[in-house]
Amino acid sequence: MNLLARRKLTNKVALTLSLSAMAFGLFWLAWILWTVFDLGLSGLSVALFTEMTPPPGADSGGLLNAIMGSLILVTLATLLGTPIGILTGVYLAEYGQHHWLGKTTRFINDLLLSAPSIVIGLFVYAVVVAQTGKFSAWSGVIALALIVLPVVVRTTENMLQLIPNTLREAAFALGAPKSVVISKVTLRAARAGVLTGVLLAVARIAGETAPLLFTALSNQFWSLNLNEPMANLPVTIFKFAMSPFTNWQDLAWAGVFLITMGVLVLNIIARVFLRAEKIN
Amino acid sequence: MVQRSQQPEAHGAFGASVTAGGGSQAAALPDVSMRTTEFKSSASRRVGDKVFSSMAKSFAWLTLILLAGIVVALIYASWPSIQAFGIGFLFSDAWNPPMEDFGALIPIYGTLVTSAIALLIAVPVSFGIALFLTELSPAWLRRPLGTAIELLAAIPSIVYGMWGLLIFAPIFAQYVQPGLQSSIGQVPIIGKLFAGAPLGIGLLCAGIILAIMIIPYIASVMRDVFEVTPPMLKESAYGVGCTTWEVMWGVVLPYTKTGVIGGVMLGLGRALGETMAVTFVIGNTNFLNSASLFEPGNSITSALANEFAEADPGLHTAALMELGLILFAITLVVLIVSKLLLMRLAKGEGAKS
Repeated sequence: MNLLARRKLTNKVALTLSLSAMAFGLFWLAWILWTVFDLGLSGLSVALFTEMTPPPGADSGGLLNAIMGSLILVTLATLLGTPIGILTGVYLAEYGQHHWLGKTTRFINDLLLSAPSIVIGLFVYAVVVAQTGKFSAWSGVIALALIVLPVVVRTTENMLQLIPNTLREAAFALGAPKSVVISKVTLRAARAGVLTGVLLAVARIAGETAPLLFTALSNQFWSLNLNEPMANLPVTIFKFAMSPFTNWQDLAWAGVFLITMGVLVLNIIARVFLRAEKIN
Repeated sequence: MVQRSQQPEAHGAFGASVTAGGGSQAAALPDVSMRTTEFKSSASRRVGDKVFSSMAKSFAWLTLILLAGIVVALIYASWPSIQAFGIGFLFSDAWNPPMEDFGALIPIYGTLVTSAIALLIAVPVSFGIALFLTELSPAWLRRPLGTAIELLAAIPSIVYGMWGLLIFAPIFAQYVQPGLQSSIGQVPIIGKLFAGAPLGIGLLCAGIILAIMIIPYIASVMRDVFEVTPPMLKESAYGVGCTTWEVMWGVVLPYTKTGVIGGVMLGLGRALGETMAVTFVIGNTNFLNSASLFEPGNSITSALANEFAEADPGLHTAALMELGLILFAITLVVLIVSKLLLMRLAKGEGAKS
C-alpha cells in the first residue's frame, strides 16, 4: 500500500471511530432515558402524590412526604445559597478581578465546584449534626446550600464579565455610585444569565443524595419540622431501590422518573435562557 | 434608560436618610444649602457603597473559610482514628467495627481501580466525541449533539445507580462478562483480571458506569480547548495536504495538550468522588480475594454512604471521617493539577495569538 492510501485509510478508520464514540455516548443516554420513562411512567399514579411512603410489607403507598420534603429542602437551600453566591460572584467580577483575594477565591470556588458532594455531607455532619446531636432538615438545607454556592458564584461571575464595560462607564458618568451601578445596571443586564446559574444549581441539588444521607437523613412519616429528619426523594429512592419489595422498587422508579424529568426540564429552560442572553 | 429612572429615586432616598457620617460632614459647610444636599448624598452614597463592597468581600472570604473549614473539620473529626492507627491506616485491609480495627486499603483500592477503569474507557471515547463535534459534525447538528452529551452529566447519579443495579448489571452479567472471560480472559496474565463468577455488580461494572458519567465532563473540556486552536494553524496544516485525522493528532492535540490533560484530570476528580452510582453497583464488601475486576469491592464513597449514618460514635465514625479526609485530599490534588493545567493553556493562548 502506498503512503497516500495508508494515510487515507488511517483517516477513515479514525473518523469512523470518532463517529462510533459519538454513537456510544448517545446510546447510553437513550438507554437510561428509555428505562426511566418505561419503568417510571408505569409507576405513576394518583396515590404517588397523595399517600405517604409505605412501611415494609404494605402494598400501597406513595411518595407525598418525600416529594414535599425534597421541595422544602431544595427551596430553602436555594434561598440560602443564591444571595451569597451572587454577591461573591459580584465581588469576583466587579471588585477583585486583579486582587489576590479575587484570584484565590476564584480558584478555590472552582475546586469546591468539583469537590465530592459526600465530603460536604461529612463537613456538615461534623459541624452541625455532631454539635446539635441529631439529624435535622436544617443540616440538609445547609449541605445543599453549600453545593448551590459555587455553581451560582461561577455563573454570576461569568455572566457579569460578558457585560460590556461601556455600560458601566455610562452609569458611572451619570454619577451613580458603584453599588448602584452593580445592582441596577450590570446585575440587571446579566439577570438571565444569573438566573440560569440558579436553575442549574437547583437541577444539581434536586438529585443530590450523598450529602443528605448524613444530614437530613430520611423520614417515613409526614414531617414539616426542620429540626427533625425530613423525608426526601433521593434518599427514599436509595432505600427503596435497594430493598427486596417490588412495590418499593416501583415507587423508586416513579421517584427516579420525577427527579429526572425535573432535572432535564430545568436544564433545558436554563439553556433557553442562556441562549436568549447571548443573542441579546 | 435604566439610569434616567434611577437618578431622582436615588436622590430622594439619600436626601431623606442621612447617616451620621454625612451629617457631621454637612455641618462643616452650613452656608451652601444646595451643595450641602449633594454633599450629604454623596457621603451617604459612599457609606452605602462601602457596606455593599465589604459585604461582597466578606462573602468572598467565606469561600476561603469554607475550604479551610472543611479541611479542619475533617481532621478534627477523624483525629481519634488518626491517633489510633497512624499511617498504617492507609495500608491495612482490616475493617472490623465490633473489634474497632479499621484500615483504608480496600476502599482506596476500590476507588482507584474504578476510577482507572473509568478513565481508560472515557478518555478515548471523549476524544472521539470532541473530534466529532469540532471537525465532523454538520454545523446544524453540533448544538443538539453537544447538548445531548451534556445531558449525560445532568442526570442525577442516583438514576445511574438504580439503572446500573437493576437494568445494566444483569445484562452485563449475562452477556458481556462471559464474553470477556472467553476472549481476554484466556490471555495469560491479563486473564486474571477477568476471573471469577460473573455477578454483574463489582469493580468493573462500577468503572463502566463511572466512565459513562465522566464522558460529558471530559468531552466538553476537550471540545472547548479544540475550539480555541487558532484556525490559522489548522488551515495551514490542511493547506499542505493533511487529512482531518492528521490535523487533529499532529496539530490540534499537541497545541491543546495541557488543556486536554486538565480535562482528563477534571473527569478523574469527578470519578473519585462519585458516590451514589458506585454505591449501587460496586457490591459493598470489604474483602479482596483476587485481582479480578469481577469481584465486588468497596470504594471510599460507598463505604461512607453505606455505613456512616449507622456507625457508632467513636472510632468507627472517626475512621469513616478519615476515609472522607483521604478522599478530599486526593480529589483536591487532582483538581488543583487540572485547574493549573487549564490555566496554563489559557495563558499560552493569550501569548500566542
